[in-house]
Amino acid sequence: MSTKEWPLWEVFIRSKQGLNHKHVGSLRAADSTMALDNARDVYTRRSEGISIWVVESNYVHANDPADADAYFEPSDTKIFRHPTFYEVHEGIKHM
Amino acid sequence: MKNEALFRYLLRLGDDSLILGQRLAEWCGHGPILEEDIAMTNISLDFIGQAMSLLDYAGVIEGKDRNCDKLGLLRFEKEYVNVLLVEQPNGDFGDTMMRQFLFDAFRKPLYERLVSSSDKQLAAIADKSLKETRYHLKHSSEWVIRLGDGTEESHERVQNSLNTLWRYTDELFYTDEVEAQLIVDGILPDLSGIKAEWESTVKHVFSEATLEIPANNWKFDGGRKGRHSEHFGHLLSELQYMQRAYPNMEW
Amino acid sequence: MKILETTDLEQKFQDKIDREVKIEPNDWMPDAYRKTLIRQMSQHAHSEIVGMLPEANWITRAPNLRRKAVLLAKVQDEAGHGLYLYSATETLGADREATIDDLHSGKAKYSSIFNYPALSWADIGAIGWLVDGAAIMNQVALCRCSYGPYARAMVKICKEESFHQRQGYELLTTLANGTPEQKELAQDALNRFWWPSLMMFGPNDDESPNSAQSMKWKIKRLSNDELRQNFIDATVPQAELIGLKVPDENLKWNEETGHYDFTPINWDEFWQVVNGNGPCNKQRVDARRKAKEEGMWVREAALAFAEKRKKKQTA
Repeated sequence: MSTKEWPLWEVFIRSKQGLNHKHVGSLRAADSTMALDNARDVYTRRSEGISIWVVESNYVHANDPADADAYFEPSDTKIFRHPTFYEVHEGIKHM
Repeated sequence: MKNEALFRYLLRLGDDSLILGQRLAEWCGHGPILEEDIAMTNISLDFIGQAMSLLDYAGVIEGKDRNCDKLGLLRFEKEYVNVLLVEQPNGDFGDTMMRQFLFDAFRKPLYERLVSSSDKQLAAIADKSLKETRYHLKHSSEWVIRLGDGTEESHERVQNSLNTLWRYTDELFYTDEVEAQLIVDGILPDLSGIKAEWESTVKHVFSEATLEIPANNWKFDGGRKGRHSEHFGHLLSELQYMQRAYPNMEW
Repeated sequence: MKILETTDLEQKFQDKIDREVKIEPNDWMPDAYRKTLIRQMSQHAHSEIVGMLPEANWITRAPNLRRKAVLLAKVQDEAGHGLYLYSATETLGADREATIDDLHSGKAKYSSIFNYPALSWADIGAIGWLVDGAAIMNQVALCRCSYGPYARAMVKICKEESFHQRQGYELLTTLANGTPEQKELAQDALNRFWWPSLMMFGPNDDESPNSAQSMKWKIKRLSNDELRQNFIDATVPQAELIGLKVPDENLKWNEETGHYDFTPINWDEFWQVVNGNGPCNKQRVDARRKAKEEGMWVREAALAFAEKRKKKQTA
């Protein structure tokens, strides 16, 4: 029964000014206009969004989780990148 | 009654929203794809909400203690004043989208004018509804275009939908002493520009959809006078069932 | 892949699970874990979609406009929940339409409760209160499921689900406090939905062979019997509060155990319904199949149109 189906799209929503877009899930749509309309209907029914991005799932590229260990250089060993490495005088404010 | 013309006009707006909302609700669980099921239910919900506001306000104007339920669910066939277009059966998805588009293209310029009504309540309802209507029109236009310019089958189907529904469009622009009185009262602005805007929207969308406006010019009306199609009685039996079977109870 | 390597991967995988680290799409996972999840998530999705039907059946006949609007919103939510779950299933490489075709062919199952008819307006209340109530119990537990997308979908669903149960209970409360006819409608609905709701939690633990592995993989967090007992303990007082009688002669509070005792379930009915012989199995699946078949021309048209537009743009 399965014929060619509508492509899969990933949906990202910014719920409030100042926040990043967050991945909320996926849906099926025939084109980007429909994907945006559908995302509005499915993911913002309780006013959860002011900006919607949709991307065809095919175009989302990801690293291979199997390589995660090597890919994400362990930052624990580069402690000078962490703010806690540096001592700050007690009297110094705003740092 | 404070203003009989306003009461009757609010019933026209309210009944259009109520009956179309009821028709769209029939699609729930049966849409062509899940995302569209959600979209149509959304639109139905908008219309039911509008009906509640409009009919509640109508009841206030009437001053006989009838709210949106008493007015919406307990009048008799001849007392409903929606246009015939909105009571037509859903048919297939193309029929539903065509019906929706023809109506939305009318509602948008109408509400755009009603937001400047001197009646604050009517203006407020129009303002909220206009936001919804803009989205409805976007949605239904897009579908008419997709189906008109999709496959051969979809083109044929939606051209047939248009051929069938076109004869109900004239009634959208029906006005009589009700509108005339409200214009005199200053409650309604001049509505004469609506038809031209509607025609322009319709021509533009049909051109993109590669659809042809039917030549047949025989037009139906009567809805505004309470004279409905055969479908209407059946629609009311469902709409009114609980209120008729269990009179005077709280739900 | 060498056997040694597989065992090593399985060990690392189980270790993650034991430490409550979430498994995400594309992470290594045992084939059986992937298959079990695809089956469970897609059946959960099918349940939401089929579950729309008994309630959608009453939208056009809701007794007033506010109830009509609330019911529309609730059923729309259910469609949305189905969508979140299909979306989670697709993260595992399963195709949504293939799982839906399995539903239509009878290969895939959905929650047995939806094979019961919604015969009166009061049933809408009973469904919200009992069926959504039972679902919430199950779903709250699943919020801690080991598979990330499933757990996140559950969190989102749980947020929305509490409105569903409350509107159902409120609906029945109105009836229970109403006229004698309304009270009768409410009691009748409870009589018909009580036992099927209890059966929603699945067979007794000793009759559920797959449960042990699912518990180990944290796809299942609480056992069937535990969830069922929690549901009964929570729900019986709610019934008593509005003057409705739970249809169980042996229902009794047990001071020692701190739980309600109840009549052992007659599982014959459950198995008949699960295997296709319930009152509404055929009409539910027929309705879904019909919706897809009658909608094919629409889906094809939308794709054809998108293709045409793409060509125009690149031309």
